[in-house]
Amino acid sequence: MGFDAATLRAEFPLLARCGVHYLDSGATSQLPRAVLDAVVAFEITSRANVLRSVHRLAEAATEAYEGARGDVARYLNVARDEVVITSGTTAAINIVARSFGDMLQPGDEIVVSLIEHHANFVPWQMLRDRRGIVLKVLPLTADGRLDLSALGRVVTSKCRLIALTHASNVTGAVTDVASVVSAARSVDAKVLLDGAQRVPHGPLDLAALGIDFYAFSGHKMFAPTGIGVLWARKALLEAMPPLLGGGEMIRTVTIERTIWADVPHKFEAGTPPIAQAVGLGAAVRWLSALDWPAVSAHEMHLTQRLLDGIGRLRWARIVGPAELQGRIPVVSFDIDGAHPHDICQILDGHGVALRGGHHCAQPLMDHLGLAGTTRASLALYNNEADIDALLTGLDDAAARLR
Amino acid sequence: MSDDLYQRAILERAKAPARRLDSPSASVTVDNPLCGDRVTLDVMLENGAIAAIGHQVRGCALCQASAAVIAATLTGQALAAAGAGRAALDSVLKGGAAQAPWQELAIFAPVQRHKSRQDCVRLPFEALAQALAQAKT
Repeated sequence: MGFDAATLRAEFPLLARCGVHYLDSGATSQLPRAVLDAVVAFEITSRANVLRSVHRLAEAATEAYEGARGDVARYLNVARDEVVITSGTTAAINIVARSFGDMLQPGDEIVVSLIEHHANFVPWQMLRDRRGIVLKVLPLTADGRLDLSALGRVVTSKCRLIALTHASNVTGAVTDVASVVSAARSVDAKVLLDGAQRVPHGPLDLAALGIDFYAFSGHKMFAPTGIGVLWARKALLEAMPPLLGGGEMIRTVTIERTIWADVPHKFEAGTPPIAQAVGLGAAVRWLSALDWPAVSAHEMHLTQRLLDGIGRLRWARIVGPAELQGRIPVVSFDIDGAHPHDICQILDGHGVALRGGHHCAQPLMDHLGLAGTTRASLALYNNEADIDALLTGLDDAAARLR
Repeated sequence: MSDDLYQRAILERAKAPARRLDSPSASVTVDNPLCGDRVTLDVMLENGAIAAIGHQVRGCALCQASAAVIAATLTGQALAAAGAGRAALDSVLKGGAAQAPWQELAIFAPVQRHKSRQDCVRLPFEALAQALAQAKT
């Protein structure tokens, strides 16, 4: 334990090597040495397929893969057989939309919100068109948070699922989960959270949240790409039909019929992303060992510095909440008279990596009347120099573009 | 380096006031699905020639400048000139020259080194092609 920002940053080889002020962690985070080493060690000592062969490499591979599942389960405070390994958040939500969706009836309702990433919007639209369910959209408050006061009106007795972001990839606003769970329970509906942006910012206790489904990606939480998790209550996983058929998800196949494997394997058809799962396991072990009160204080200190800096610019406007309470270190802003891509391009010239555009949240952009925003998304490895380089670069971009 | 994208010639075109046409022969809107940029382009044909082009861009400076160059280049030109625009742009984005009347596309030469931004310049040409196809039918 103990926390030193410079020491933590030094664990990320890319940051030491390329010197970029990396403020695009909401898109993809960088990898610490511990994760890189775990992936390489697996590939050179234990590479084989999992769950089938009996030779020693296959045994080692299966142990590493299932060990990673156990690491993730401990990190989330859930049972390991409720952890489905997927390719990412998008795949995880689509599994629910197809499999849980197949158990819904025409006229059943699903509630999403205006602020959702397309990954938690489009699968429900597709389900609506496939099954005849009704999709309802929770509105936003003036400062860009979910308007939870509308839950009583939007959530009716026909509601079967409320699917919301745990933290917005555009505004950084964190959802008040207790209110959502309370509204869902009052009508016996389930709750799904898109945790893609929330997971890099501290441990979670899913059991305490009282939800039913949680989806996230490894690559936003210091793990490799191509790996993610769907957590769901075991009874739901057992009731839901599998999405993909094939290897790993069967118990018995005859010409007449197939009996599914037990959960979670029922939802893991085909050879899984094994090395990536090992990397995810290493990432959550690495995260678990951090002094999180200190890491969070560091992230919020930098976020305040960023919010203050942008607040001083008369031509810039924060999109979403402008306070630290109930947010992750993701900040979007709009610069009057300048397009996000032009800003990002000029900032790249200053060695600052940002994201500009609609952030896969076009319904939100339409609501805001914006083509897009410029977004700085921080992670635990950022420092004051990153924020100051951004603010200096914004002065230059505004001078040239406006 | 990135900065050379924002030379004076591009920014001046991007910042010039854009205008729509009141009664165009055709008008189309196209989106870039990656960034959400949106170009609306109007064309007015008279006697087989391009009498006027109007445009409105919700997009970056490159996209705005590209639409403005199209309007400035094609107003008063024969229809055939429009068809040569994409080839001229392709040439510029590969480091080559642009044939008349598209010489001004040379201002986009720095985009050659920024593949992720080339679609920003191409989007108004997509709108132009669709608008002309619509106007001819």
